[in-house]
This record gives sequence, C-alpha cells and structure tokens, in this order.
Amino acid sequence: MNKITLTDEEILHVAKLASLFLSTEEIEKFKPQLISIIDFISKLSDIDTSKVLANTKTTNLVNVFREDKIDPERQLTQDEALSNALETHNGYFKIPAVFD
Amino acid sequence: MNLIDLTLTQALAGVRSGKFKSVDLVSSALENIAKYNKIYNVFLTVEDEKELLSQAKIADESDKSLPLVGMPIALKDLFSTKNLRTTAGANVLKKYRPVYDATVVRKLKQAGAIIVGKLNQDAWAHGSTGENSDFGPTANAYNLSHVAGGSSSGSATAVALGMSLAATATDTGGSIRAPGAFSNLVGFKPTYGRVSRYGIIAMASSLDSIGHLTKSVADSALILSVTAGTDPYDATTGTAEVPNYQDLLKRTDLKGVKVGVSPEYIAIGAKATHGMDPKLEEKVEEALNKIRSLGAEIVEVSLPYTKAALEAYYIICPSEVSSNLARYDGIRFGQGRDQFGAEAKRRMMIGAYSLSSGYYDAYYKTAQKIRSLVSQDFAKAFKEVDVVFAPVTPMMPPKIGENINDPMALYLVDIFTVPVNLAGVPALSLPAGFVDGLPVGIQLIGPHWSEQKLFEIANVYEQATEWFKTKPKIANKT
Repeated sequence: MNKITLTDEEILHVAKLASLFLSTEEIEKFKPQLISIIDFISKLSDIDTSKVLANTKTTNLVNVFREDKIDPERQLTQDEALSNALETHNGYFKIPAVFD
Repeated sequence: MNLIDLTLTQALAGVRSGKFKSVDLVSSALENIAKYNKIYNVFLTVEDEKELLSQAKIADESDKSLPLVGMPIALKDLFSTKNLRTTAGANVLKKYRPVYDATVVRKLKQAGAIIVGKLNQDAWAHGSTGENSDFGPTANAYNLSHVAGGSSSGSATAVALGMSLAATATDTGGSIRAPGAFSNLVGFKPTYGRVSRYGIIAMASSLDSIGHLTKSVADSALILSVTAGTDPYDATTGTAEVPNYQDLLKRTDLKGVKVGVSPEYIAIGAKATHGMDPKLEEKVEEALNKIRSLGAEIVEVSLPYTKAALEAYYIICPSEVSSNLARYDGIRFGQGRDQFGAEAKRRMMIGAYSLSSGYYDAYYKTAQKIRSLVSQDFAKAFKEVDVVFAPVTPMMPPKIGENINDPMALYLVDIFTVPVNLAGVPALSLPAGFVDGLPVGIQLIGPHWSEQKLFEIANVYEQATEWFKTKPKIANKT
C-alpha cells in the first residue's frame, strides 16, 4: 500500500463521523499523528487473509439468554435517572434543538 | 503496622486471628493516602474518612468468615460506584455520580471489602503509561519521575504504597499487566468473560477484561474467587464454575509443567519496537532460567502473528472505542463532547476511519480475520504447553513526559500484551526483579479458563523469588 495521505477535508470528515469538532490547531496537531497510526495499521493488508474467517466470538459462547423478567433493583426512579443531567425541565432531560 | 508491609492474605489472617483490626488497616490506608497521594497523584476520589472508619468498626464487630472482611480495597475509576464520583479519568465525567454499583463492586462489598476510593488512570483507559489521564499522570512508586504504567496507573501505585491492600483494574490491551510489571506487583487479567463487565465503563467491549493488582499471587487468587462468575447482566460471562482459587495453591515446584517460549514472539516484538531494552531482556532470561530450575520443561512454540496482532488491535480497539464513546452526548450525564482529551479524539477518529464506508473491508474486517489467526496461534501452542512465557513490555517504565508527543511510540509498549486480549485468554504479570531500582515483570499466558493453573505456576515462581518483599523507597517531600 502507498504511503498514507490525509487531507484536512478527510480529517474533518472522520471528525464529523465521530461527532467531534476540531479547531484549526487540532487539525494541524492530529494530522501527522493520524497519518503515522493509519500507516502502521495499514500494514495488515500485506497478509493474505482471503481464506480466513473473521472472528466474532472470543470464547465461543453462543445464544446466551437470561430470564425475561423485570428486576426491581435495576429500575431507576425518575429522580435518579435525571440526577446527572446538566439541564432538566419539569422532570425531563433538556436537549439542544434538533430542528432550526 | 503499615499496609505497605502486608499482603491482603496476611491482613485477612491478622483480622481473623485478632492480631489487628480492620480499623487499623483502614487507618493505615488513610495515613498513607494523606502522606503520598498529592505527591504521586493516585486517587481521584477518596471516600469520606468517617464513613470508612465506621465501616471498619462494623466489620470488626461482625462475622469474620466473609472472604474480604474489613479489607481496604480501591477501585480503578472505571468501576461504577453508587453515589461515589466515577470519572474514567476523563473530564467528560468529572462530575458523574453513578446511580448503581457495577456487579464487581457489589460483589466486593458483599464479601466485606471496604471501598477506600477511586483511582487515577488514563482517560477511558486509553494508554499504557497513565499519562493520558485528564487529571495528570500517576508517578511510579519506585521512582517519582517515572510512570506507574497504564492504563491502571493509580491502581498500581495505590497497592505498591499501601494506600489499599488490592486494587481493581481493567485490561483491554495490557492495562493491568503493564502497571503490574512497572510497579513490582501481580497484575492479573482473567479470561474474557470470567469477570462481569456490567457497570464498568466500556473501552473496547470485545477485549475488556476485568482484573486486579495485588502484592502476591495468593491475593490475586483470593480476589478472583470473589469477583468471578456468571452475571445475567453480562452475557459473555459464561457458566464455568468458580473455585476457591486461593485454597488450591498447593504446588511447591514446577515438575511436569511445560512452559512455552516463542523466540519469534520476542524477536518480532523487539524488532517492531526498535529493540528490546537489553538489561530488561537479561532479567527476563534470568526469570526463565529460574522457572526451568524449578522443574519446568521449556518448550519452543510458534506464535507468528504477534506483530499483525498489534496492528489488528489498533484497528479493533479504536473501532469499538468510537462506538462506545458515541454515547457521551452531555445530555443524560457527563459534559459535552468538546471535553474529550486528545487521545480519546485520536482513537475515535481512527475508529470512525476504519469503520467508514470504503475502508471497512480493508481495516476492520481484515483485523477480525487476523484476530482469528492470533487465536489459532495460541490454541496450537496450548496443545503443546501449559502456559506461554513472555516479557510484559519491551521497555522499562519510561520517564513521565518522555513520549508525550509520539502516540505511536506508546502504542508499541503493548506488543507483548495485546495478542492475549485478541485471543481472550488469561494472563498475569509477575515481579521478576529490578533494573536500576525500577521493577521488571514477566508474563505467563494460559488457555481459556485456566486461571487455576496460572495461579499455581505463578505462585511457585513467586515463593522461590519473593520479589514482592522489595519495597519502594518512598519519596518524602510533602
């Protein structure tokens, strides 16, 4: 694989995918770091994995279920559920406007 | 009496025989915290002193048969504690007070443990030196200007300096074993799923293993007997039985034990990281000779995918990180996403990149295939041997700040530890001596669910070497 390049636009695109807002200084700071990391992980493509199955379970457990029953100890009161919110309104979470 | 001189097992025996009280143990923990916490930056939150002493008093007046009765234990700050601040070492959660206990925390409390407080760590457990904490690095107990090892940095220094008798920790790519090696402690990472992840802030969910740091192997076994087991709230916990691990450490030599060594594992690791520290390598060699002299047969095994494992890890881990950290929106709890530190941002971006349309097959999917190959490597090796012997890190504990502008250099610290997480097998790091006053560790890796055997073998080595008896020279400037 060729040496990795990353444009400012590409960095802003992945930042947007991760819901992060980067300053111009941050783009400058992260660019060489991200390039060196992506360059490192890109070396994987040198290995032939065409006949290998992707791993999906670490310890081979399958179909683990638990009883479909409500555990009252795990139920939060409304006050508990709201206790860490930065902003609440009449017992609800307050969120930024979704529509303009 | 000072906690620094006691193992958990000794403290428990002392409380049960009436030699000392839980109040003495808790007072000693609090004294050491008062003396060293500011200098070494170990605790992010300490529980109220009166509350701790009253819990100790209750323990002293109650039934002593509980497995951890009256024992002061501290928690990495990823473990949710009801009404006690839990930050994950991150500014995003600097004011977060969970409304429930993690399963492990509930089990420790039921076993009689007294939760002293919450420990510093790399933010979100991203790191191998502790320097990515949004609250500053934790210093090494054996040398103030070096890192404690990460991400469970506070867990290591708390135990080494007697601020608690044991500390819980998490290991996603080496975050228990590296600080164990750097701090002359036993760092134990169980089989993936042996201990419940419920209520522990997630880093990379398919890799996160819940373990602990202790002074001795017997201490480690004792804690696992309490924390391990099936949890309906973590479907990956499995149903394997939980023995009283600490009662089964009967072996006095290693006769009949086959220990695997993979020269390529070490060579590939050394090459990838610009050469292994020669003094460290010498100590590791010395430890292997000791294991041989205790009766073990050393067998060469092949683990060819070591380097690919590190590359795959730094795809799978950030991918899962980007998914797990997506929930922090500053609405239901925590601060806004602008509060994330640099390393969390880097990992989320790398994860978003490797999962994004057009790159998914080349990165994430290939990495999961490599993961299969790494697992097969270990499965094959364990047909020949009982455990695999390896270094923990290629370098000695670095100086604080040494690698701060080179995140890639710090990723390479994990070369000998991440293959274990990809395969989901258990491993532990064990004290193996010192180089220039700084601790050296070795690593033993076992097949899935082989915790018992790992403890037995490690215990023989520990009893023959007793490195844990070498205490830190404590920095006294207050």
